Amino acid sequence: MPYEFLDDGVTSDVTFHAWGGSLEELFAAAADATLNVMVRSVESVRPLETRSASVEADELDLLLKRFLDELIYRKDVEELLLRATEVHVDAADHRVQAVLVGERIEPERHELVADVKGVTLHDLRVERAETGWHAYVTLDV
Amino acid sequence: MAAPAGIRRVDEAVWELPPTFRPGMRVPVRVFATERLLADMDEQVLTQAANVATLPGIVGHSFAMPDAHWGYGFPIGGVAAMDVATGVISPGGIGFDINCGMRLALTNLTEEEVRPRIRELVDALFERVPAGVGTKGFVRLGESDFADVLEQGVGWCRRHGFATDEDLDRTEERGCFAGADAGKVSARALERGRNQLGTLGSGNHYLEIQVAHPAGVADPALAARFGITRPNQVVLMFHCGSRGFGHQVATDYLEVFLHAMKTQHGLAIIDRELACAPFRSREGQNYFAAMQCAVNMSFANRQVILHRVREVFEAVFHRSPADLGMDMVYDVAHNTAKLETHRVDGERRQLLVHRKGATRAFGPGMPGLPAVYAETGQPVIIGGSMETGSYLLAGVPSGAAAFYSTAHGSGRTMSRTKARKQFSGRDLERRLLAHGIYVRAASYAGLAEEAGPAYKDIDAVVEATEQAGLSRRVARFTPIGNVKG
Repeated sequence: MPYEFLDDGVTSDVTFHAWGGSLEELFAAAADATLNVMVRSVESVRPLETRSASVEADELDLLLKRFLDELIYRKDVEELLLRATEVHVDAADHRVQAVLVGERIEPERHELVADVKGVTLHDLRVERAETGWHAYVTLDV
Repeated sequence: MAAPAGIRRVDEAVWELPPTFRPGMRVPVRVFATERLLADMDEQVLTQAANVATLPGIVGHSFAMPDAHWGYGFPIGGVAAMDVATGVISPGGIGFDINCGMRLALTNLTEEEVRPRIRELVDALFERVPAGVGTKGFVRLGESDFADVLEQGVGWCRRHGFATDEDLDRTEERGCFAGADAGKVSARALERGRNQLGTLGSGNHYLEIQVAHPAGVADPALAARFGITRPNQVVLMFHCGSRGFGHQVATDYLEVFLHAMKTQHGLAIIDRELACAPFRSREGQNYFAAMQCAVNMSFANRQVILHRVREVFEAVFHRSPADLGMDMVYDVAHNTAKLETHRVDGERRQLLVHRKGATRAFGPGMPGLPAVYAETGQPVIIGGSMETGSYLLAGVPSGAAAFYSTAHGSGRTMSRTKARKQFSGRDLERRLLAHGIYVRAASYAGLAEEAGPAYKDIDAVVEATEQAGLSRRVARFTPIGNVKG
């Protein structure tokens, strides 16, 4: 599980730290972290539906935010819980393309936790370290 | 938190940080709190309130209410009034859940009459008022219907049989901010919100059946004016907002503002969540029009939920809502910016008052109050945690010192992640049941996040608002049933 939830974030919401050897891994990990706020087990989400996502932004951290916004939007509009696969990030132009795979919410089967309503800009960071990439994201729930 | 150097006690429950606290502050910060609440406050509250004090056009003070806690941009419990000509509007001063708010309705039933039916009632409410992740409401709306909801708020509900004239009268601003323009809202926001009317949501949103025990009625005469007239009277209180719609409006305009700050308005960005634009600019006016759509959507959401609640009581007790005395006391908005006229240094000025996690609390005789509350002052509904109870307060004349604003709830003291680690939803459910509170939760992990110790002491918060002269106690309510989103 390439992410962890932080205890000392903003008291009203949820802050996570996600990481990956590449930006692609980082974006997929951040998507899973977001999903994990909503369902107890990301593994319980079966790959039954596919959507494509293509997002761009002015900056890399805003790109991650917009990418996660896409998952939240599909959750509200199509009632879909989604994981990110086949992620391609263009770090220079701040673009991401991905295939989102998942299924419709089934409260009887998915153990639902809290609704994620937005991605905040509060201390939002995407950083490169020697070991790879790290992101710090606070979600509004 | 140790009180920072330089904070000055102005009155028993009023503290002030001068503009010298940090560079760029245009006005002082004023915190309303008892010594203990101030000591327990997140350090970030003062930093954020000081950041707010730097915003162009801020008038008077940057305020923090007694339940203030760390938010985005503004603290939650932050209030700031801006000059309409020279000031800014900031989505961070309103919050993501625009017009998240509280509604209180009466019944003429007593605890003794309701307790034997509590499971039946709560189970039916849980069934009829959808809560939790990604839920859809029962109201099916086409695109143009939804635009009408956004521009008309509770007025739309009245025309569609979901509201009475009295409901309209007893909602802040009669359930409609007049400047809403659905044309200023993105297609994404419209899509996210269209199916969500009549849903509670999740997080700290809930619907409670509560009792006003005689020992909790602080001012029996005032309580009677608000409809609390009999011992152990049962009331209904709920907390919810504009759902995904309001969040999308906030998300959309945060990006617009960040871009415009740099490219057009030459405004420095201290914290991206404190993005702002001049109120009179195109971006500022567009956001104001869109934000008011979310305000109206939220008023309509609570109205449609009340309609459902009335249906449930009617079905369980085989009596009409009118016969059950299910009148509204009031509906208050928490996360808004509103044009109001206030007296500043003896002069009447139109101001844009941002209240984030704070309640408007008009004193007696103020324009905008329904005739029935002209003498009492505005009812203020304060939700506590499930384990500690909730309050009905009233606005007072001395509230003028904070543009007639007061607390909104108890305010968190612990992050959700920490609460989830420390408490178990199932244990909490059992503990609540042992205390006579029957809970149905959309999520047990979510329930754990709402455990009593994760919140400030509601009694202390309410006492501080009274000591600070922001509002006064009318009655305290104890829950007996709860639907948790």
